[in-house]
Amino acid sequence: MTMPAPLSPEIPDVELVRRAQAGDLDAFEALTQRHEQRVYGLAMRMLRQEHDAEDITQQTFLSVLEHLDGFRGEASFSTWVLRIASHAALKLIRKRKGLPTVSLDETPDDDDIHAVPHPEYIADWRQSPEELIHQHEIQRLLDEALARLDEKHRLVFLLRDVEGLSVKEAAAALDLSEANVKVRLLRARLQLREHLTQTLGDPASRLIRSHHQHEH
Amino acid sequence: MKCEELLAMLNEYVDGTVNPAICEEFERHMAGCNPCQVVVDNIRKTITLYKNGEPYEIPAECRERLHDVLRKKWHEKHAAK
Repeated sequence: MTMPAPLSPEIPDVELVRRAQAGDLDAFEALTQRHEQRVYGLAMRMLRQEHDAEDITQQTFLSVLEHLDGFRGEASFSTWVLRIASHAALKLIRKRKGLPTVSLDETPDDDDIHAVPHPEYIADWRQSPEELIHQHEIQRLLDEALARLDEKHRLVFLLRDVEGLSVKEAAAALDLSEANVKVRLLRARLQLREHLTQTLGDPASRLIRSHHQHEH
Repeated sequence: MKCEELLAMLNEYVDGTVNPAICEEFERHMAGCNPCQVVVDNIRKTITLYKNGEPYEIPAECRERLHDVLRKKWHEKHAAK
């Protein structure tokens, strides 16, 4: 079956939402087409399996359809969609792990900036991101590093640094405080840096940080 | 500023949301602390790589199944109204 041609890209999401709420299926399909790629990408990075990513994408848009009438535009439509997808992805991950599916609970250490791990492997990278991005193996390395993160840190990183949500939007999407989002983001960034630098860093330029704290 | 304090401000610095007075302190520290300089540079590059990495394309069949399911659900929902 062929996909309907997307409605004009100039029509903003809010207008498409209004039309879909009024019963226009084309508008709803256009909205889905605009956002399905991001949802699928987020789900793939969270779950790493096509089957699961498809499942999350379907669940997300079915939920969007179900709750569309109640959507009042407090957040942007895209943030709302990512919020639904995020919760669905976490729920599935926790189910897989046999954990209770109460999502995104704030644990006390998450707010503690001093519990953030210190950088261990410090070295300049041998190549620039521009050079690296075209290499086939790099995608695998990026995925592996992401997979090593705890899912709640991974999700914050993906929403903020890949999807481009602000800290405030990410906090709203995940029902977290902004302080909590910031600490999770810092942990995620530091852990990813650590992992990538172990592979991409130039051993000859490795710096050993003295353990006492010096002041300048 | 100590290395540890710099670490705590890293997000704000990298995202450009740190206030100017702290930014100045941050940069003064980095000028004299090579490890912190390298960590900040590594972090920027890490973010750049993820931002510009290959997106996962939704496979065509998956997309078609999605739209089929949604159309079906749409008609159910609107028939019930």
